[in-house]
Amino acid sequence: MLSIENISAGYGDGLVLQNVSMEVKAGQFVGLIGPNGSGKTTLLRVITGVLAPRAGWVMLQGKKLKEIGRRKMAKTMACLSQDLSLDLSFTVREVTLMGRTPHLPKMAKETRRDFEIAEHAMELADVSNLADRLITEISGGERQRALIAMCLAQQPKVLLLDEPTSHLDVAHQLSALDLIRELNRKTSMTVVAVFHDLNLAAEYCDKLLVLDQGRVEAFGLPEEVLTSDTILKVYGAKVLTEQNPVSNKPHIILTAGMNIGRRQVKSAGRLP
Amino acid sequence: MYSKRNWLIFIVLLTMLAGVCVFSLFAGAVRVPFTQMLQSGIIRLRLARIILAIVAGIGLSVAGVIFQALLRNPLAEPYVLGVSSGAGLGAALAIILGASVLSTWTLPAMAFAGAIGTILLVYTLARRAGGVVPVHTLLLSGVIVSAVFGSILMFIVSVCPSENLHNVVWWLLGSLQIFDWALLRIVSIVVVCGLAITLLFARDLNVMTLGEEPAAHLGLNVEQTKKLFFVVASLMTGATVAACGLIGFVGLIVPHSVRLVIGPDHRRLVPASALTGAIFLVLTDSFARTVIAPVEMPIGVVTAFLGGPFFLFLLRRRKHSYWS
Repeated sequence: MLSIENISAGYGDGLVLQNVSMEVKAGQFVGLIGPNGSGKTTLLRVITGVLAPRAGWVMLQGKKLKEIGRRKMAKTMACLSQDLSLDLSFTVREVTLMGRTPHLPKMAKETRRDFEIAEHAMELADVSNLADRLITEISGGERQRALIAMCLAQQPKVLLLDEPTSHLDVAHQLSALDLIRELNRKTSMTVVAVFHDLNLAAEYCDKLLVLDQGRVEAFGLPEEVLTSDTILKVYGAKVLTEQNPVSNKPHIILTAGMNIGRRQVKSAGRLP
Repeated sequence: MYSKRNWLIFIVLLTMLAGVCVFSLFAGAVRVPFTQMLQSGIIRLRLARIILAIVAGIGLSVAGVIFQALLRNPLAEPYVLGVSSGAGLGAALAIILGASVLSTWTLPAMAFAGAIGTILLVYTLARRAGGVVPVHTLLLSGVIVSAVFGSILMFIVSVCPSENLHNVVWWLLGSLQIFDWALLRIVSIVVVCGLAITLLFARDLNVMTLGEEPAAHLGLNVEQTKKLFFVVASLMTGATVAACGLIGFVGLIVPHSVRLVIGPDHRRLVPASALTGAIFLVLTDSFARTVIAPVEMPIGVVTAFLGGPFFLFLLRRRKHSYWS
């Protein structure tokens, strides 16, 4: 469905990504993890075509991204990015309808069908009851679901998410991710998501890509990838890994006092 | 949800516009009976002035709407981007170089050139490698260029010979006096075309308010859309400024007031702002002409004086935070 081949990319003179390759099959749920500044978001920007890679290419459904064109790409691939600004008081329905943009001819109005698709998307994302509420007046969790509704109105085959659960409390984190996984399972929509929380990544993803300083450190099943050795090497943090007794996925145990004196191993900045 | 209220709002706005136009036609420093007005040609002058007020109101308001959407910033308006000082500089130079000797055309033409030149300069300054123009850099460049041009303008005013000073100051304060019929025609065409393009692509403005990358994710060609609207808004502003000097505040308060009432969807916001801007300027102009007659007040003074408190009233009436 989506393959990334030998991507190198960056801003200005520096390279943020070096030789990154990954193959995502249709219907897979893939998580991107790695420490801050390891290139997760940059990789997502390359996949969406917002950032042109220096070398390598992205293939979407067997076609090179460069050759697809923006509108056509947006019909296949939706992206929920972190820096989406919602300062204006659009209603949830209006925001959802914006997801129809790539399907509408320039200057055209939404048809009855577009409204139906938007209503269906709101139903799937469980925001139908909020349709006429203002996006500026609902809670963070509800807003995230409304934005997922907008992405669904795009009718994508691939959904990209940049830290979809940041700023959400634990209940909203789980409900947002449950919703995404349900869509992934039921409609076999391919999902690629950046995760900050390793345990959530392990719970929800079929495969994990670990990035370290712009290079692929590991790509595989959560239980293969999330070992205490890898986490120590990549994040510079000493943790224990266990098995989640319910899901049998790896679970990371954080213990106080285990990382004293470890900061020099991989410190991003100096302590004051 | 809005569709029924929509029609009502536009009918009300159109009726109001017609009403203020009739009012403005008969309001003036001198009270003239209608038959005499027809004979003396006063009606021609007043009609032209009303047309200019409508055109300027549309131009400034719609440019404000566009800049606020493109820059996703509530403070954005034509003037923040330096157009005001650029045009003012052009006009002041024209007066210093003796425009009155050359022709009445020189001043507005130089103002127009100043406005367009400043926009190009600001755009070029903000441009990064690869042709990308980050919004915040653009806004900052605008503010800086505006400050630099403003200081040059103040210098010119300070050394300006006193016989020209009145002209410069009057122009800086804005006026709807007709310089030239040909100019009025050009300005009207530019503004009407700009309005038409903005109405056609209003849905794209909605998407642009989400941010540039999210808009790109929705399949919009962001750089192309930005360039189109940037050129349209600059041309509309430049044309308006060339014809009637610096009328501040309209591009800021009209879009905000309308948005508070009608919501942020640009397919309603653009036409409603255009109508409201036209009503506002026709009204303030008749006020400026009559309130201390026979002396005429600068219209820029009236727009800020009437518009400011009204906007604050709307803003405070709102329960939740607006444009957080």
